[in-house]
Amino acid sequence: MKIELRGQAFDPWQELQQAEAALRNNDSGQFGASCVFVGTMRDLNEGTSVSRMFLEHYPEMAQQHLQSIAAEAIDKWRLLSVLMIHRVGYIEPNDNIVLLAVWSAHRDAAFKACRYLIEELKHRAPFWKKETLSSNLERWVTKNTPDQ
Amino acid sequence: MTITVKFFASLRESLDLSSQMLNHEDIITVSDAWHKATNGAEMPSNVLIAINMDYVKNTHKVKDGDEVAFFPPVTGG
Repeated sequence: MKIELRGQAFDPWQELQQAEAALRNNDSGQFGASCVFVGTMRDLNEGTSVSRMFLEHYPEMAQQHLQSIAAEAIDKWRLLSVLMIHRVGYIEPNDNIVLLAVWSAHRDAAFKACRYLIEELKHRAPFWKKETLSSNLERWVTKNTPDQ
Repeated sequence: MTITVKFFASLRESLDLSSQMLNHEDIITVSDAWHKATNGAEMPSNVLIAINMDYVKNTHKVKDGDEVAFFPPVTGG
């Protein structure tokens, strides 16, 4: 299990390659399914053009809650591994916000666990988005999009 | 009794408060801590509260050394 908060841009596919290489070395032949979710910043929200965003977080609690959510998923679906990376600080459109990946023996567990991780993260982990609009006005995002 | 109170995101900005130590013998619940820290401001109905990084209700009791955090609904991911 690897859980990280990142202050800089990251390439999710490079992170996945590294994680898979480590998994193949350590647990070769164990996993039959992997599922990945990548969340990326858009340049439009609620009909308004957004030029950048600040991701505030409660550092110790965010790390603790991501670990706790990952541990729950590992336990519930008998996952072989979990990777979670979440950006913090200033980000721009096209930057990746979050990477979640799970490895399991079968696909049902992988799909369900990946969905569980993103929904739990969105409802429990202490991160907050503050958008800077193209007009330079700033606004806090007050609620997540529904589960869609 | 000494506790640390923290505010995050829009709540921190609207109250103009971030982190402070409170030393009062008459703080029993997190609701008391809120009122002491904000000079009696009304607590928003959607506020989330954590003690030592675990979510609690506003009736939860605080103890010496606790870190109490108040923040708006989370919007990560």
